[in-house]
Amino acid sequence: MGASIMPTMNPADAIRFLPEIILVVMATLMMVLDPILNKRGSYAFGHISLLALIGGIGASIFAYQHAGPAFGGMLWVDGFATFFRVLVMVVGILTVLPSYRFLAKQEAETSEFHALLLFSIAGQSIMAAANDLIIIFIGLEISSIASYILAGYLRDDKRANEAALKYFLLGSFATGFFLYGVALIYGATQSTNLAVIRMNQAGPDAPSPIFVGVAAALIFVGLAFKISAAPFQVWAPDVYQGAPTPVSAFLSAGPKAAAFAIFLRIFMTAFEPIGSGWEPLVWGVALLSMTIGNFAALLQQNIKRMLAYSSIAHAGYVLVALTARSEIGVASAMFYLAAYAFMNIGAFAVVSHLSGRGEKYQSIEDFSGLAQRQPMTAAMLAIFLLSLIGVPLTGGFFGKFYIFRAALESHLVWLTVLGLLNSAVAAYYYLRILVMMYMREPSEAANAAEPLGAGLRAALILPALGTLFLGIFPNWVLDFANRSSNLLK
Amino acid sequence: MNLLTAVLFIPLAGFLVATLLPRNNPQASRIWSLAVSLITFVASIGLLNWLDRATAHEQFMVDVPWISSPDIHFAISANGVSFWLMMLSTLLTPICVLISWKSIQHRVKEFFAFLLLLEFGLIGVFLAQDLFLFYVFWEISLVPMYFLIGIWGHDRRIYAAVKFFLYTMAGSVLMLAAIIYLYIKAQTFSYPAILDQLATGRLTFAPNEQLLLFLAFFLAFAIKVPLFPLHTWLPDAHVEAPTAGSVMLAAVMLKMGTYGILHFCLPLFPSAARQCAPWIAVLAIIGIIYGALVAMVQPNMKKLVAYSSVSHLGFVVLGIFSFTQQGMDGAVYQMLNHGISTGALFVVVGLLYERRHSLEIKDYGGVATVAPWLSTAFLITTLASIGLPLLNNFVGEFLVLQGTALANYKWAIFASIGVILSACYMLWLYQRVFFGEANHEVGSHVFDMKGREWAAMVPLIAMMVWMGVYSQSFLPPVSNVTAKVLKQTQINVPFRVELRRPASLEVANGR
Repeated sequence: MGASIMPTMNPADAIRFLPEIILVVMATLMMVLDPILNKRGSYAFGHISLLALIGGIGASIFAYQHAGPAFGGMLWVDGFATFFRVLVMVVGILTVLPSYRFLAKQEAETSEFHALLLFSIAGQSIMAAANDLIIIFIGLEISSIASYILAGYLRDDKRANEAALKYFLLGSFATGFFLYGVALIYGATQSTNLAVIRMNQAGPDAPSPIFVGVAAALIFVGLAFKISAAPFQVWAPDVYQGAPTPVSAFLSAGPKAAAFAIFLRIFMTAFEPIGSGWEPLVWGVALLSMTIGNFAALLQQNIKRMLAYSSIAHAGYVLVALTARSEIGVASAMFYLAAYAFMNIGAFAVVSHLSGRGEKYQSIEDFSGLAQRQPMTAAMLAIFLLSLIGVPLTGGFFGKFYIFRAALESHLVWLTVLGLLNSAVAAYYYLRILVMMYMREPSEAANAAEPLGAGLRAALILPALGTLFLGIFPNWVLDFANRSSNLLK
Repeated sequence: MNLLTAVLFIPLAGFLVATLLPRNNPQASRIWSLAVSLITFVASIGLLNWLDRATAHEQFMVDVPWISSPDIHFAISANGVSFWLMMLSTLLTPICVLISWKSIQHRVKEFFAFLLLLEFGLIGVFLAQDLFLFYVFWEISLVPMYFLIGIWGHDRRIYAAVKFFLYTMAGSVLMLAAIIYLYIKAQTFSYPAILDQLATGRLTFAPNEQLLLFLAFFLAFAIKVPLFPLHTWLPDAHVEAPTAGSVMLAAVMLKMGTYGILHFCLPLFPSAARQCAPWIAVLAIIGIIYGALVAMVQPNMKKLVAYSSVSHLGFVVLGIFSFTQQGMDGAVYQMLNHGISTGALFVVVGLLYERRHSLEIKDYGGVATVAPWLSTAFLITTLASIGLPLLNNFVGEFLVLQGTALANYKWAIFASIGVILSACYMLWLYQRVFFGEANHEVGSHVFDMKGREWAAMVPLIAMMVWMGVYSQSFLPPVSNVTAKVLKQTQINVPFRVELRRPASLEVANGR
């Protein structure tokens, strides 16, 4: 057992770790370049980070050609890892695109923003490929610390400060829980490697399942914070509301997808043997998240808060997939997270476009008449909202369909029925925005909205195309997800 | 790929092009959507040549794999029932374009684009033979209608649009659950394959399971029909919708529900359907009488026509659940009739609204003196709607009542009260609006029908007469299909009853 986790360095390890290397090097480079290129509103750093992310995607695909364990099994590059690596980097690209205009509008520094973004994505990328609780923890921390700073990036903004502080404090608590769990499981199974943990739960000197269960519960709590599942969701609305809008978009998609990746990996491998124990727990948390998210979202007036609650509800849907405890469940969660990343980032991009200087316009009323002033922007947001509702031919619908199919296949009839009814409730608050945009007279915000720039245009069209593509031709992504959903090594 | 696929996709292509047309040239949008909808209509007429009128089989079948896992196909085909419903959609869309030509003056481009998208969704619902695909079209048709009501409707349009969307959505999510459940049991979404499995006994449902699945499907359809007491969204949606929206809603969209019951609920869950038939028939009869009574006291013309729809659709549901050949034939015929005559009613009410800008009955009176041709058109439509012999509704109502009487005489007696009431409220409406003194407003604003309006009304009136005088043009293909449905519900029923007792044994051995 000791040999299998012995760190040894070889060229294959470097290839399998290449995406993270690229991101971290480029991020560091940006900080070095900052004094040289230091101009407020310079687009250079945005270009660099786009380059880095595209390179990272290329490297991830290249690494997938050489799939296998790295660093003695601490990382494991497989289809699952590649899927999430590419996903978080695509999320990164879609965050960078609208941030050009946004940062210029808010007169904020650009270099640190992009460097932090890359660090955070590097952390998520590590999480995606990690196969060892320690590496998972390192990835989680790299990702989180950068995100805490990003949440408070507009340092003169009171709300942003509040968001950053809240996010930091609660996030640290969550990490604490996670670490307790890791420590316990290490004590019980003498390993932090997921495969070994699973292996050591069987056999003559297996630890007490109660011991493992407590560790699993602690890790569950830590991760539930990260994915903002109820009842650990309280931070999300405040943080999403206070953080700069591109950052909120990023937080709701990137770190969440990565957290789900490790969630799935840990619970479908290390804690798979005690699955029947944690299934009721996840069942309850899934239902609670959907219900609290959707019903609280009904009452929101602030669009960012509403999207925050909606993201809590969507975390609930993905947890339904985890409750199914099957390969189809994992595949459906992967698909859903991809679809969700597109539609949610797209929706936030519209919000950041409309919000104006100092993020003045954030209320749902401010969307009034957008369709008459900027039909293209409104049409894109309509696509994202219809996808969030789950109307066919969008990725959101197919993802939901696939999740509930997995759930029914695992005989979770009640969870399916309650989840689907929840999604009917959710239609109401998404429709409210459609009503505002299409059926009301233009508001001050719609009149003040500036024309779409090139970056923002791309940041809207790409996710819209992605949403429709996932809805009309889901095969491509789905096949890949199905092929990589077996996490047991 | 065949002509049927073309009929389905021409409106979609038209919609995509329509979204690219210049915003500042509304005339281009109008002409484009008229052209597209006419081409679609002509294509569907062309298809009529190849329709085999002597068979109950699915025709013009297209089956292309769409998604590999789960196995979802783009599978469409038409039979004697769905073909006519498709024709109804393709006929009414150009008419809706015509009547919206002048009345829609703001955001013209989007309006006509949504109309084409709606046509795509509606045709798709009637043709889909893959349950997943069916659900896709079912939901897609919701979106353009939501916008049509919400953007171009009257004062309370937003309330009506949201209510319409949520009602349908809430009903259909359970249907989605049932569809997935069926898939897991049958390992396919293909509707013919599932029916085949049922017929050969490879797929069976325990009684409770069947009942729940039936209810999940039926709830979605019953909301759409709408069956009493799920009808409350309908008056709101109708009153607030623009004329074209009301026409499409009443004429075609409500048929999605009744078609779904006939096409999916009965063959899939025959014994549950028979088990629930008495309850559903009672609800249908309540709907017939209640709808008619409420229609009688409405001060608003559109609301009156909307409640009359509740009443008429009650006949359709009653006919289906009479489980007799005549009843089902009449139900399908009544679906088509209602599409034509209620569609026409909404058109003429819309014409009145365009002139006088009011839907309140009390604002009218004496229209016959200033607009005799308009009054004639309205009169023919009214007479058709109340079931005058030689006009279309008579045939349908007669068959439904005949079938119902065969099934249960009391039902037929109660239902025929609805026929009498319909004459009361429609003729009274006609009297109040068209006879008497023309007040000043009516005299100065209401003028007679014009060329474009004639073009919209004449086909509908022609259809009323044709369908009333020579039903043989339409009924034989329908009868073949309904006979098949009836057989499916009969074959499986004794079979189910037989299985009911050893079912527990089977489970014990199987596990």
